[in-house]
Amino acid sequence: MTTMSARLGALARHHPWAVFCCRRAARLIVSLFLVVTGSFAMIRLIPGDPVRAALGVDAAPDLVAAKRHEFGLDQDLLTQYRQYLRHLAHGDLGVSLVTGEPVADLVRARLPATLLLAVLAFACVLVVALPGGLIAAVWTRDGRRPRTELVFTTATSVMAGMPDFVLAAGLTAGLAVSLRLFPVSGDLGPQSYVLPVLALALAPTAVLLRIVRVETLKVLAEDYLRAARAKRLPAFSLYLRHVAPNTLTASLTVAGNLLPALIAGTVLVEKVFAWPGIGSAMAQSVAAQDYAVVEATVLVLGAAVLVVNLLVDLALALLDPRSVIRKT
Amino acid sequence: MGVITLTMLGSLTVLAMVGPALWGQAADRPNPSAVLQGPTAGHLLGTDHLGRDLLARLLAATGLSLLLAVAATLLGATAGITLGALTAVVGVRTRRMLGALINLLLAFPGLLVAMFFAVLFGAGAGGAVFALAVAYAPGFARIAQTLAAKVTETDFMAAARVLGLRRHRLLLRHVLPHIAEPLMLNTTVAAGSTLVALSGLSFLGLGVQPPSYDWGLLLSQGLDRIYSEPLPAVAPGIAIVYAGVAFQLLGEMLAKAAARRTRPRQMAEPAVRPAHVDRTASVDQVLEVEDLRVAIPTAAGVVRPVRGVSLDLRRGEIVGLVGESGSGKSLTALAIADLLPEHAKSTWRANRFLGTDTKSLTRKERRRQLATGMAVIFQNPASAFNPSLRIGTQMTEAVRAHHNTPRAEAVEQALTELQRVTLPAGHRLLRSRPFQLSGGQRQRVAIATASMMRPDLIIADEPTTALDVTVQRQIVDLLRRIRHDDATAILFISHDIALVANTCDRVLVMYAGTIVENLPAHALATGTRHPYTRALVESVPDMTADRTHPLRTIKGSPPDPYGEISGCPFYDRCAHRQDRCAQERPVLSPLGPGHEIACWHPLPQAQREAEEAAK
Repeated sequence: MTTMSARLGALARHHPWAVFCCRRAARLIVSLFLVVTGSFAMIRLIPGDPVRAALGVDAAPDLVAAKRHEFGLDQDLLTQYRQYLRHLAHGDLGVSLVTGEPVADLVRARLPATLLLAVLAFACVLVVALPGGLIAAVWTRDGRRPRTELVFTTATSVMAGMPDFVLAAGLTAGLAVSLRLFPVSGDLGPQSYVLPVLALALAPTAVLLRIVRVETLKVLAEDYLRAARAKRLPAFSLYLRHVAPNTLTASLTVAGNLLPALIAGTVLVEKVFAWPGIGSAMAQSVAAQDYAVVEATVLVLGAAVLVVNLLVDLALALLDPRSVIRKT
Repeated sequence: MGVITLTMLGSLTVLAMVGPALWGQAADRPNPSAVLQGPTAGHLLGTDHLGRDLLARLLAATGLSLLLAVAATLLGATAGITLGALTAVVGVRTRRMLGALINLLLAFPGLLVAMFFAVLFGAGAGGAVFALAVAYAPGFARIAQTLAAKVTETDFMAAARVLGLRRHRLLLRHVLPHIAEPLMLNTTVAAGSTLVALSGLSFLGLGVQPPSYDWGLLLSQGLDRIYSEPLPAVAPGIAIVYAGVAFQLLGEMLAKAAARRTRPRQMAEPAVRPAHVDRTASVDQVLEVEDLRVAIPTAAGVVRPVRGVSLDLRRGEIVGLVGESGSGKSLTALAIADLLPEHAKSTWRANRFLGTDTKSLTRKERRRQLATGMAVIFQNPASAFNPSLRIGTQMTEAVRAHHNTPRAEAVEQALTELQRVTLPAGHRLLRSRPFQLSGGQRQRVAIATASMMRPDLIIADEPTTALDVTVQRQIVDLLRRIRHDDATAILFISHDIALVANTCDRVLVMYAGTIVENLPAHALATGTRHPYTRALVESVPDMTADRTHPLRTIKGSPPDPYGEISGCPFYDRCAHRQDRCAQERPVLSPLGPGHEIACWHPLPQAQREAEEAAK
């Protein structure tokens, strides 16, 4: 045991990148297994009979039995699980309990719209919060402008507490219905993106603004910044060259953690805007009690979150190689 | 802030308690003749598809919305905190497994997990509460785990374990009480987001089911008719945000109370006018400061680390500024360089740099003057360089910014400067980053960087303190060489009086924020007249010191930096004090050629010589 851990330690020292990638891959596999098993278990553990629920209370008993047989729900769990995995490996996500259409087609048609929404919203979060937090920190450093600081903290805490779906409803009511500035629902071109992206991005932007400000204040208190000040550099080069790069790693780590929640938020926001994505498909299926589709969308969104987590970790590692050594 | 928070929370609590009783009946009374109405005088928010009054429904829903949120938060917090705190009292392997499990669960966004379990538990209020508890538990577990890990490392936990206390006793008596406060704070904030998430589940049709109703369900029903009537959707939204913000503000209020910061107060000290000393300005005078004071307002009162310092430096002169730590020498330097922290305030009667009084300059002119005329070398070379920038950038940025030197030329100049501080292989050095250099190398680079601008004055704030003795010598030699080559004036700050005696031309001795003696460096060994300076010199061991005797130290401690000093600051520790010393503050006055002293009863010169003779 001790020799093995010693060997692992040596490996971590000499090949930090290899160890880092192995760990991330192992974690991805374990979490994917968790998601797949969870989504498999979902439809089979639901109280009551999902087939009867989907077909309606007054469906004929032999029809229900036939449907159950068709979905393989009358076999033992292990056989079902094996079959589920086999189908999954072929990209088969099953068929809708209500319409009988393949769920994979639905996912393929709707996933891009959801991802585009999430990516655009995330880009907005970064573009606003990274420079915004820096400016807020510079303005309010050392207890300067206490009123600006109060306005900043109040505004960001209200914004951070603003739920995306409530904001979506408010934006629809105000800007789409009353003022007719934007389309109320659906994807009708670029102006359709404005409100959903705004609804998704506002709260994470506020959270990140606060984090970036605090991180920047930390850097502003560093010794090397006093040394840079002693050179009386112009503000532009002092803040952009000496401050910004040193706040980036911590800020982007937080930003990366906000992204999964943003993806989950699409479910609610898409429902408000009737956005043709995975989220609204899930909301509709919940209403129709089509648990085969609910199961598949949970699986897809869960997997998307895991892949995003992995990408964020890799991006951070590339940006700050020292973090690889710290983490392994 | 506190008033707003409490008003918001109070109104919510009252509404939650009396809401169902007051408006419950009206909220459930259908009216087929007034279906789906817009806002009217009778129905301020309009009516729903059964003609029920929406305002009554919104107010009556407060109770259920809050109750479910609080229930889900408490369930999730209890489960999560138990799991997290357990990690503190179980074995290493179990702890690792629990930690990995928490990490795994945290990878998924809470809302997604909640939706999954809400479907699994069956759509309904109960299912939604349990689903949210499951979704929020890992977050609580992580916080409890982190906090508990800190407790585990403490001595009393080790002692408790040695005593053989049982696990559940350890957990209840020793771990939980120490992490209770931050956990309560987190639970408060979480209650707000649980309320929002619960509304979200109801909004999706996974939470509260009709005929029951909460804000989320009302929002969902309002959204169906948002084309014709926005208010039925907006009003529940406002209610959700109101409650969410109330919880968040409460959390922030608790956090602020936990880390109470007190506002600094400001006070003014009456000026002590020193005796008139004739300081005629000469052409080669680089710096002249008179009666410099620094005050730092703190929670406990105003600290006065610098209480009236006057000094001057001529071209090509190295002047040492010595004193114990806390004597105010570093703040004197920062004040001269205009680099004091924002909250510290400096005042002076005169501050002439390069013959110009700083008060006659605009901010921009002053910056320009300091940028080109003054450079600072800091104590700790480890933290004086920006870790993410190359050495070359940090060496050349000042000349490029202030002299508009082209890049290539700046690099050439940097290479020359590096040669001068005996760092060859300059090209490679310029491309490297600070962490690749040793402490001695970094300080030499700092000196080279300072001399890039050809400044008239270099302030070296304890430049050798963080380095080992062999490197100290080299750094001092480099400073002396730069002084010699460029005729730069150097203010050399140190607590090491032996080093100062060997390095400088003249020495200023600081005590409790004042200069007590100003004398030529060669006179330090035998010519000191101030009791403090002499005690300082005698506390330095040399090679011939008798090692069977303990080192001489100065008894007592410096005066309280907060208080006013009426007499001589050294009075309490002085072996030669007399009555006058307690009442009148001595000022720096000439004693001999190049020698000034702030003492009512200077030591006789003969005493020291007699001691020398006795040896």
